[in-house]
Amino acid sequence: MSHEKLIIIGSGPAGLTAALYAARADLDPLVFEGVAAGGQLMITTDVENYPGFPDGILGPELMDQFRKQAERFGARMQQVDVTSVDFDSRPLQVKVGGDDYTADAVIVATGATAKWLGVPGEEELTGRGVSACATCDGFFFRDQELVVVGGGDTAMEEALFLTKFASKVTIVHRRDEFRASKIMAQRVLDHEKIVVLWNTVLTEIHGSTTVEKVTLEDTVTGKKQEMAANGVFVAIGHKPNTELFAEALDLDENGYIVKSPDGSTRTDVNGVFAAGDVADHTYRQAVTAAGTGCMAAIDAERWLAGLE
Amino acid sequence: MAENIVTLNDGTFNDAISADTPILVDFWAEWCGPCRVIAPVLEEIADEHAGLTIGKLNVDHNPMPAAQHDVMSIPTLILFQDGVEKKRIVGAAPKHRLLQELAEFL
Repeated sequence: MSHEKLIIIGSGPAGLTAALYAARADLDPLVFEGVAAGGQLMITTDVENYPGFPDGILGPELMDQFRKQAERFGARMQQVDVTSVDFDSRPLQVKVGGDDYTADAVIVATGATAKWLGVPGEEELTGRGVSACATCDGFFFRDQELVVVGGGDTAMEEALFLTKFASKVTIVHRRDEFRASKIMAQRVLDHEKIVVLWNTVLTEIHGSTTVEKVTLEDTVTGKKQEMAANGVFVAIGHKPNTELFAEALDLDENGYIVKSPDGSTRTDVNGVFAAGDVADHTYRQAVTAAGTGCMAAIDAERWLAGLE
Repeated sequence: MAENIVTLNDGTFNDAISADTPILVDFWAEWCGPCRVIAPVLEEIADEHAGLTIGKLNVDHNPMPAAQHDVMSIPTLILFQDGVEKKRIVGAAPKHRLLQELAEFL
């Protein structure tokens, strides 16, 4: 059993910014990075909208720099997944496998993960043509025909990235317009390799060892058709990583952590703060995650000062 | 790097996986974020399990084995013995889960 002043769970932009500020405030934070260390930016290529990088920066590189900056001031990192928490007890308890930790304050910054469709064939063919990460897997689909499901910025980014490799990219979207930002949607609509199927949902993925075809359904007419495809990229949004906190914290109906109405990062448990996408279904940007990470560290510092 | 970590390429891959001792092949590439995350975990596993060989295969420079074994997502880890695929793990997984999956070969 070891006791910490501050434990930070998660290591995306929110967790690492919290670590940076907490380390500079002499809180000696311990960061449980998790196996998805670096968060969602680890599976993006160019980040074009993080201020200070006028030419863009690679997602993994940006996270390397966040981490180095936090480590420079003494933040301690462990690449492990937290397995359970108990926020009813004092001090707060955090378990990592068989190891027990206690803390006076905890910052939760576990982020969000890509959602899957839940259609037949999807799970069986994951890693064999079904993917939620174009930048990881697009490379394997040179000169092949691909499907991207979704209509937000992530779907646009994935489709555009995949045109580097694929001969044709079909975007399947259940509505008649994209909810993506205008600039991204326009790039997609202007692209010669991309075709958009509006008002369409993907209902099944077929293939023996790898993806061969998909079943599509027109949401207006209900008509079904099959289409040949070598790969399916799913980009239909994210869900917050809050399974660990189901019993411990107040979550909203979509599973996001509910923050205090006063605009701070406080949760319904004293001494526990939330930052980044795990408590944000509105903005979900690297820069807003970093911003709330900073707020959580400052809120935690004040809370800890009040204990003394 | 531990002695039981070897670098594979298109030319050496088939011989390496045909050995009667198990080899865990890590299909990876430099541009793959999750691959960077599991690389140090694999090094730890190699250090702790001298009997296991880990083969690093850069799919960017050596595309053939990935195509032959339907690897379409990285990181993918495949454990081979006598040239036969015994286990496949797709995506980054925490160390304890890797050890669990590989238990019978360690």
